Amino acid sequence: MIPASFEYVVAHSLDETVGLLAKHGSDAKILSGGMSLIPAMKLRLAQPAFIIDVNGVSGLAYIREEHGELRIGAMTRESALERSSLVKHGYPILFETARVIADPLVRNRATIGGNLAHADPANDHPATMLALGATIVAHGPNGDRLIPIDEFFPSFFASALEPDEILTEIRIPAPGVRNGGAYIKFERKVGDYAIAAVAVNLTLDAHDTCIAARIGLTNVTDVPARATRAEAFLVGRRITDQAIADASRLAAHESDPKSDLRGSAEYKRDLVRVLAGRAIGRAVSRARGGSH
Amino acid sequence: MTQTIPMTSAAIGGMGHSMKRKEDPRFLQGKGNYVEDVNLPGMLWMDIVRSPYAHAKIVSIDASKALAIPGVLAVITGKDLEAYNLHWMPTLMSDTQMVLPVDKVMYQAQEVAAVIATDRYIAADGAAVVDVEYEELPVVVDPFKALLPDAPVLRTDKPGKTDNHIFHWEAGDAAVTDKAFADADVVVKQDIYIPRIHVASIETCGCVASFEKTEGKLTVWMTTQAPHAIRTVFALVAGHVGLSEEKIRIISPDIGGGFGGKVPVYPGYVIAVAASVLIGKPVKWIEDRMENLQADSFARDYHTTAELAATKDGKLTALRFKTLADHGYADAAANPSKFPAGLYHICTGSYDLQAAHVEVDGAYTNKPPGGVAYRCSFRVTEAVHTIERMVDIMAHQIGMDPAALRMKNFIEKDQFPYKSVLGWEYDSGDYHAALQKAMDIIGYDDLRREQLEKRARGEFMGIGISSFTEIVGAGPSKDFDILGIKMFDSAEIRVHPTGKAIARFGTKSQGQGHETTYAQIVAQELGIPMAHVQVEEGDTDTAPYGLGTYASRSTPTSGAAAAMAARKIRDKARKIAAYVMEVAEEDLEWEPGKFTVKGNPEAFKTIQEIAFAAYTNHPQGMEAGLEATHYYDPPNLTFPFGSYICVVDIDAGTGQVHVRRFVAVDDCGNIINPMIVDGQIHGGLSMGLAPSLYEEISYDEAGNCLGGSFIDYLVPTAVETPNWETDKTITPSPHHPFGAKGVGESATVGAPPAIANAVVDALWHLGVRHIDIPMTPSKVWKVLRDHGVTG
Repeated sequence: MIPASFEYVVAHSLDETVGLLAKHGSDAKILSGGMSLIPAMKLRLAQPAFIIDVNGVSGLAYIREEHGELRIGAMTRESALERSSLVKHGYPILFETARVIADPLVRNRATIGGNLAHADPANDHPATMLALGATIVAHGPNGDRLIPIDEFFPSFFASALEPDEILTEIRIPAPGVRNGGAYIKFERKVGDYAIAAVAVNLTLDAHDTCIAARIGLTNVTDVPARATRAEAFLVGRRITDQAIADASRLAAHESDPKSDLRGSAEYKRDLVRVLAGRAIGRAVSRARGGSH
Repeated sequence: MTQTIPMTSAAIGGMGHSMKRKEDPRFLQGKGNYVEDVNLPGMLWMDIVRSPYAHAKIVSIDASKALAIPGVLAVITGKDLEAYNLHWMPTLMSDTQMVLPVDKVMYQAQEVAAVIATDRYIAADGAAVVDVEYEELPVVVDPFKALLPDAPVLRTDKPGKTDNHIFHWEAGDAAVTDKAFADADVVVKQDIYIPRIHVASIETCGCVASFEKTEGKLTVWMTTQAPHAIRTVFALVAGHVGLSEEKIRIISPDIGGGFGGKVPVYPGYVIAVAASVLIGKPVKWIEDRMENLQADSFARDYHTTAELAATKDGKLTALRFKTLADHGYADAAANPSKFPAGLYHICTGSYDLQAAHVEVDGAYTNKPPGGVAYRCSFRVTEAVHTIERMVDIMAHQIGMDPAALRMKNFIEKDQFPYKSVLGWEYDSGDYHAALQKAMDIIGYDDLRREQLEKRARGEFMGIGISSFTEIVGAGPSKDFDILGIKMFDSAEIRVHPTGKAIARFGTKSQGQGHETTYAQIVAQELGIPMAHVQVEEGDTDTAPYGLGTYASRSTPTSGAAAAMAARKIRDKARKIAAYVMEVAEEDLEWEPGKFTVKGNPEAFKTIQEIAFAAYTNHPQGMEAGLEATHYYDPPNLTFPFGSYICVVDIDAGTGQVHVRRFVAVDDCGNIINPMIVDGQIHGGLSMGLAPSLYEEISYDEAGNCLGGSFIDYLVPTAVETPNWETDKTITPSPHHPFGAKGVGESATVGAPPAIANAVVDALWHLGVRHIDIPMTPSKVWKVLRDHGVTG
């Protein structure tokens, strides 16, 4: 559990960071919270030659609503999301996501930007951001670039960031009327990755017909992914117990889990069904105006 | 034999006071002194190269790249140790295990070579580039397959060894048992596997070995539960290279949890010692977490076919266990030498069984050697789990309430001392009272009603009972020794002229609170305030000899020794008091802290005055000073017991078992410090919950360790741990000097079957008869789906 040797640089601005990234290319890794990077380094699974510590870059930690969006700075700690009244009351799905990431000690360090940029399908934010239809802001040599979340996870453990780009902000559309979301994670113990988790964000009309739905899945696909068939099934349909059950079954079919110590593929797929049902139910309840 | 302990003042703080722990200020302020905190001038670091294969021939080891790194001083291999005949070492069970291999490796993560460097990081860099060429050999993972005639023979180092069988051991009368089974109305039979687990103490293992060439003295700071035994083992094993026992000093400083995992001598210790002797500088070796989980001794790993016989109205008549023990590639269990399966024959438990036969066979496999007793007195956990599961299965089978079946079969209070059919003499107990108390606290009858209602609604709720009997305090010298050394333990007390004392012991606390509880024993016996009794353990140059702390033996042995030594001091104090007060010894009455002249309460001498007199005004012809040593050979073991009741709710969707309530009624006889006992119970329950629902180290077919890091070895946290509800009954041990029994492991032993029984109780009506622990969500989900529950 001793890392290989590396060079450590503290960046003080975004431009300096981008310059260092341009110079060192794939030899460099950005250190924000370090909660994924450091474990990989101590096991020598990752042996970056250069560590660019961006904790000295100011102005990257914030949670605010503007232009009809929730904007979250990439260096915002998970614990800040967890404690934000704005997040808790306005975006309960995000609150539910942040508070089940790893454990409190990790959440004090871990950042939302790192969680997404790491592009681990077992991480919790990707599914939630897919459900919320978020936009990622990447900063590179030519300034800012907006990346829709649906395009952010192109392949296994890869993000759409260029080697000389850094993720700076996450933008989430503010919820409209009769919109509700939920994230339900099932883990073996606190601190573990999800066996499976499901993020649901949907909108109902006045007659309980679903008019928009996005469902994200955690740790049951090779890359963070949506359950698009389940979404399509819900949209235009009046929400009933049967509709929820049918959509959940579709979400389970769309998952592609692998057997491991967390359980068999068969178990995980069924778990997606169970969790999707519960998450849709909770999202519907919130859309109807219930707090739970 | 004291049954009722007089209560001392809070200022004295003797037995029964919940005194705050004397060791806690330093722990809570980060001022503890652990092995990792030991840093010596010129100290070198050691890192270990480990095998990626479970079974492979070593073709070559090329250390040239490592040795080329500035700061790498040496790479030690088995061939280097072979030159000193130190490449193999004995285990506590008279087997052998490798220090470093010469020919082949026998399990994944086995030590292959050691890199000695000037810095921890350089040592790791060196270890990363030692090139070892392996030739893979067939792997034996399953102990049943290991015993098949065509299995590859693993221990080719043993001349003439033609199979993988280690030992056969049995207890009880087979013929009588067979007849009882033949005559029985009802027989239940179940295969029960108690999986391989690891103690996973917060502090991993390690040492700093420092050999002073000029004096020829070796000092080893070491994570060990038994420093004196280690010293003797080192002297016996390395005597031929010049290590002589008076020149060996083992220091066990603060220890961050032992739980049996710090009883064995691991290869890393021996390599570090060899490196220090060879290089002449101190060498530090500290395992990382993965090394600790993957290479150090495991616990459990018992495969049992259990049978229980009864009359149709629920009178238990006979028990038969046949067990296969997977020991890995060496029998490195830490049992008393005469007991290859530990105290497994306590397996008749709390029940008055008249026939029992138990057999255990040990097998070699390509896994790390073991097995130690994970917070347990030598296989008691395996015994209790199996009998308590079987009793529950029997109850359900004949349609009797599991509590009623237990009540019907408990050993009665007036049957103690009770001679069990497998040969133990239980010292004392009142099993009915403990179970009844637990039932009253939890509201047993109401819970059964609620369960029926829930079942009617398709919900899964279960109630599980475990009424365990422990067997701790090894042990009487007649039967108990480790490599010939009898399992007494010791205490040495010196009272200073101002009436303060230092007390030293042959045991070694690893978090149990000895500095507090031993001080309270001395305070109780001498009336010296516990605040002024300094307790020391763990340094073999200063402490009296003893076999160490494990198997809940410290209070039954060293604690008893403390009382006996204190009583010797009291006897001398009486003589001094009589001399000083010019009265006859018989005219003096003792109460904790002073001798008073009978009938004259104004005439007394305090222990402090007497202590001063012992150095300033002692009688002519009497030795000066006030001190005593006692080596206590317990006349019997102690048999703590208890009844636990657990209520679970099962999520049919996810398969998750939720422990809703857990009531633990424990009886450990007279209590030294109620707060510490509560703490022990809480910790033990959590460590009983762990293997019930979370922890397991398994292996794939290639012998790869699955569970070798905290990602997959799931140690529960406060989040997973339910609110423990504890209570007690008090049934003193009749043979212990102050009526105490060991308690540190009761809860670890008693909790798992309560949880397992509750889960099966919730599912019995579906046709579920048994689920092996750990009852993980995926496992319970499978059981539910296999029985038609869709969730």
